[in-house]
Amino acid sequence: MSSIKIELRQEDVNKIREICDSFNNDHQELINILHKCQQHFGYLPAEVQEVVSDCSGIPVAKIYGVVTFYSFFTMTPRGKHPISICMGTACYVRGAEKVLDEFVKELGIKAGETSPDGKFSISSLRCVGACGLAPLVLVGDKTYGRVAPDDVKNIIKEYEEL
Amino acid sequence: MQILVCAGTGCQASLSEELLSQLNSEIEANELENDVQAIRTGCFGFCEQGPIIKIMPDNTFYTQVKPQDATEVIQEHIIKGRRVERLLFTDPETKEKIADSRKMGFYKKQMRIALRNCGFIDPDNIDDAIAKDAYEALGKVVTEMSPEEAIETLKKSGLRGRGGGGFSTGLKWEYAFKNRADQKYVVCNADEGDPGAFMDRSILEGDPHTVLEAMAICGYCIGADKGLIYIRAEYPLAIERLKTAIVQAREYGLLGKSIFGTDFSFDIELKYGAGAFVCGEETALIHSMEGERGEPTVKPPFPAESGFMGRPTNVNNVETFASIPPIYLKGADWFAKIGTNRSTGTKVFALAGKVNNVGLVEVPMGITLRDVIFEIGGGIKNGKKFKAIQTGGPSGGCLTEEHLDTPIEFDTLLAVGSMMGSGGMIVLDEDDCMVEVSKYFLDFTVEESCGKCSPCRIGNKRLHELLEHICKGNAEESDLDRLRNMSTVIKESSLCGLGQTSPNPVLSTLDNFMNEYLAHVIDKKCPAGACKELMNYVISETNCVGCTACARVCPVNAISGERKEPHFIDISVCIKCGACMDKCKFDAISIQ
Repeated sequence: MSSIKIELRQEDVNKIREICDSFNNDHQELINILHKCQQHFGYLPAEVQEVVSDCSGIPVAKIYGVVTFYSFFTMTPRGKHPISICMGTACYVRGAEKVLDEFVKELGIKAGETSPDGKFSISSLRCVGACGLAPLVLVGDKTYGRVAPDDVKNIIKEYEEL
Repeated sequence: MQILVCAGTGCQASLSEELLSQLNSEIEANELENDVQAIRTGCFGFCEQGPIIKIMPDNTFYTQVKPQDATEVIQEHIIKGRRVERLLFTDPETKEKIADSRKMGFYKKQMRIALRNCGFIDPDNIDDAIAKDAYEALGKVVTEMSPEEAIETLKKSGLRGRGGGGFSTGLKWEYAFKNRADQKYVVCNADEGDPGAFMDRSILEGDPHTVLEAMAICGYCIGADKGLIYIRAEYPLAIERLKTAIVQAREYGLLGKSIFGTDFSFDIELKYGAGAFVCGEETALIHSMEGERGEPTVKPPFPAESGFMGRPTNVNNVETFASIPPIYLKGADWFAKIGTNRSTGTKVFALAGKVNNVGLVEVPMGITLRDVIFEIGGGIKNGKKFKAIQTGGPSGGCLTEEHLDTPIEFDTLLAVGSMMGSGGMIVLDEDDCMVEVSKYFLDFTVEESCGKCSPCRIGNKRLHELLEHICKGNAEESDLDRLRNMSTVIKESSLCGLGQTSPNPVLSTLDNFMNEYLAHVIDKKCPAGACKELMNYVISETNCVGCTACARVCPVNAISGERKEPHFIDISVCIKCGACMDKCKFDAISIQ
């Protein structure tokens, strides 16, 4: 599990309880519970999983198994401006890898990592279905289409001041 | 008059929402509210040219419309009745402006059944859908037909599953119908995980009611009162539209208790996926819906016997469901006449990659790949040469020039070493290295393998490593035999569809592009110039004027030379970033 230890505040614990209760602590709803928790915390650290286990009675090992199985769930905090580069086939053949490399070079972090100041994180994702705009980059909810490696600097600049 | 504004994911990403609000404020400013409506619709399919708007009833099709174009569209087209020429689509070959979408190459050979309402109705408005016959088929089935009759109709239509397997939908329903149980389930597989495929998302975003209707029909036929849609969390827009559609259908009594005054009840709930490709496999999908890791289990038992919660469950994908209502309205014979004998009806493809017209196309089965790529797709981008078409995603294969006249059918594609899959079609040109492309797909499989069975977990990893060696020039000819043997073993011994098909990209490229593999392992060259490790940048002595621009931009100081003298690249230092080539104004740097 992640090495970063965090301490949950009482209100966070209450929030998790509230989420679990809203699904009647139903074991079948585990994935939905985790979706809601990730929406709230931005990620699913071990501590959150432990509370979910306490509330729902699902063993924490099983929760960990589910969290690590699905790529949508993450145990590391994402940056304030999460950058996702689409690596679907259509984007890939139109040069998405070069765009990803450029982000890695500019920000000095690898895919899957978050910059030390917590501002940016890079991840690759599989097809958002806007293949007409390939290659595609998402920063938060904003979409950038037909991105060339040369555009990368400017995209980062937009968010540096924010 | 109506202005239809595409609000599919592709067009939204290029600001179609802003365009819509600009159009609305222009309509208001000119007091045209009573005569003109700007309506948000689903995907028109022609994503390459987005954002797209279409003006009805005259069918004028404007492409790449920006929010700031709203004023001109309203002033010129709506008020003065003159077309805005500069926003019309230009035929790339004849350079002619085409106003009517029905005359465009992209649409001419298409036939829309599953996508029939996408781009024509407001997906958030059930009345719009009902005006286009939504729920009429459901009404007919529950009031006029017995479940047996309805299943018989479906069998007669020849409809086969559009999600990849190509199994007869009618037979599948019949199995679920025949298994007796107190509770049964209808599941819609909307976990479209294939990279480069977006047909299911477009249907859900553009015409959610057709899926709800078909699920209800299925419920009536197999004897289920509960439907579940398993949808990816990565599709927020589709989720929103489905939620709205379900609420509206309940309000109209089209979902819920005693539908159409009969004693048939049916309701639908959403279940969210969390990003796992293997969940497209029905048993894995069912485990995921139960809150477990999405790992597949051995069939039998099939879901039709023991599925969700151990009850008989029928799983179909979005496109299959979307094709069903018209079969009941127009008849099984009508559907069976479209397409070919063994593959009836139409199929939606997501055409993408190095092709001029990227987008969603629906064509009758049996059409040739050539028609799809060159007629509908408008040929290869930037005048490059066609090399291959990849169909079926990570489970499919690459087909070449010689397969271009192959009719698109479930069985013919299998026979030539690829598959229909869910309908992704990625066009590749001369710059794509086929070894690299198979490595890309293996990279995907390795990441998405659930790890339950060893052939898939370990075998695919080894395949990927071998391909990596080949791309780096570290492999020998004998490695190609290993590649083939291992692929065969993985195919034969894996537990589920993922492992049983994952070596297909490797096998089909070995069959069709052996020369490229040989060039990598024997000559240590990449003919397409795509594999970084196998290429070198060189400066031509005759073209170089010694401007030093390249030496200054080189991040590792690999370039040396005196001013006004030809420069040289030290290959042992060069990291092949290509910065020098981009910088050179004299075309003196090339890849060898």
